[in-house]
Amino acid sequence: MSAVNQANTNYGIKAHLKFSPQKSLQDLLILDVEVQLPGKGIIAVFGDSGSGKTTFLRCLAGLERPQQGELIVNNSVWQSAKQFTPTHKRPLGYVFQEASLFPHLSARQNIVYAIKRAEGEVSEEFYQHVIGILGIAEILDRYPDQLSGGERQRVAIARALVVKPEILLMDEPLASLDHARKQEVLPYLERLHKSIDIPIVYVSHSMDEIMRLADYALVLQQGKVIAQGDLNDVFSRIDLPYSGQDEAGTVVEGQVAERDDNWHLSRIALSNQSMWLRDQGDDIGQSVRVRILARDVSIVLSVHDDSSILNRLQVTVVEVGVDTDEALALVKLALGDDFIVARLTHKSVAHLQLSPGMIVWAQIKSAAIVR
Amino acid sequence: MMLSDADLSAIWLTLKLATTVTIILLLIGTPIAWWLARTSSWLKGPIGATVALPLVLPPTVLGFYLLIAMSPEGIIGQLTQSLGIGALPFTYNGLVFASVIYSMPFVVQPIQNAIEAIGQRPLEVAATLRAGPLDRFFTVVVPLAKPGFITATIMGFAHTVGEFGVVLMIGGNIPDETRVVSVQLYDHVESLAYSQAHTLAALLITFSFVTLVALYCFQRKQTPIAIK
Repeated sequence: MSAVNQANTNYGIKAHLKFSPQKSLQDLLILDVEVQLPGKGIIAVFGDSGSGKTTFLRCLAGLERPQQGELIVNNSVWQSAKQFTPTHKRPLGYVFQEASLFPHLSARQNIVYAIKRAEGEVSEEFYQHVIGILGIAEILDRYPDQLSGGERQRVAIARALVVKPEILLMDEPLASLDHARKQEVLPYLERLHKSIDIPIVYVSHSMDEIMRLADYALVLQQGKVIAQGDLNDVFSRIDLPYSGQDEAGTVVEGQVAERDDNWHLSRIALSNQSMWLRDQGDDIGQSVRVRILARDVSIVLSVHDDSSILNRLQVTVVEVGVDTDEALALVKLALGDDFIVARLTHKSVAHLQLSPGMIVWAQIKSAAIVR
Repeated sequence: MMLSDADLSAIWLTLKLATTVTIILLLIGTPIAWWLARTSSWLKGPIGATVALPLVLPPTVLGFYLLIAMSPEGIIGQLTQSLGIGALPFTYNGLVFASVIYSMPFVVQPIQNAIEAIGQRPLEVAATLRAGPLDRFFTVVVPLAKPGFITATIMGFAHTVGEFGVVLMIGGNIPDETRVVSVQLYDHVESLAYSQAHTLAALLITFSFVTLVALYCFQRKQTPIAIK
């Protein structure tokens, strides 16, 4: 598990937070989270609405004050039994769900507002770099009400980033945008990921966004952590509440090894095998991320060439579990260092007599390069 | 009809009083408005009601109690005497004090409404951009609540110019000290000097009308500020 795993070596955020809102009696969410998060990469915080993911992020920022807690970011204590650093003294960037530009300031003035209060000097070069990553050079003189939702969100991200925070917190930054705007902003987030080496804690309930962006995942349910780890490890688990969803699946990392112009396909080298996928114009040698949905994976015991399915990977059965649908089973399969999941009927599992340790062929009906 | 010297001095005194009271109210009304807009304490109801009382009380009732409180035996009187200010009734300072109480809701309420309309989010945003509490107040709350502050200033000023009952109860009718325009007008009517009364009355109507037109034009021009 190439790039994904490196994040594991450097723990940047240590948090043990207990928080219960005092006022709202209807919504008795009690957040109780103890985690160590990597010091780089995109850390997805995933969960249903009401799982406490936004509350967790607000506690990291100091916008909520956990009744008990310890929070250490990059070796500096933000909260302990004796101490609570207020939000404005924490070197963080925060992007809210709805773009939260100051309406009385232009896009540029919004960014300058942050620069004026930055701890260190913000060089003109870095300012231009951030403006460039987010592609907002043309719209800097406009006021928030003259910007589209996607543009506003890009300015808000630039405003958070330009002061070089030690950590960037993003609370569903795409959730308030329609599909087209999401597609407009996503590539900027991917560029961000490549060009900024600070950890980004990214709250989302969208599996799509997480599969495209995240390196590490933290799954919350009713205020508690139910899973955490590298993206592939977390989403190849078959015992979690979302394991049986239609969009459940994993991503595996690979490189473009070969391009076939005749058929418009590229060969993606995975850790020990390769797949042919629709060419998306990526150069040879480029790292890509392939998303394989559990529902698109079927299993055969022997190789047949008389199938329309192009990709057939040799895998080892790791675990067989039940789906939320009583007819279906989930089968976790090892593919080199990564895992994929197949969603099959119980009847097929019984028929093939699948059991842990068996070496079988996974037929992948479709898969997509997501990055 | 020309204005007499006594009329001019009453006008000057009125403007001085209204300006002083407006400035004091902006200074002490803003923190009160802020607290009322932000607090979830049970005291919000009682304190909000206390601030709003002058809206519904006859000015004479308020003036009566203030007169009692400011008398040498009253709570406020004891305090001012121990501070060496002396008794407040029938003095300009007493008038300022009473007017501050009387005009308070006209200043506090517009500011409170404007701060409530801003909501918590812009302040949280500013905090994540490393703005401390005072910085947040002056760079976020004040510009976003500006329409509320302007309304509060105009209303506080205009309302102080127009007061009569409280002035009469605690200020009396001392030239250059407590005789404001409304009291001067009352004097003219009492002494059947109707033409002089007409002049002052017309002046007050014009002032009030122009002030309100200015306020409404300003409010129409302002679109509600929402964070985007």
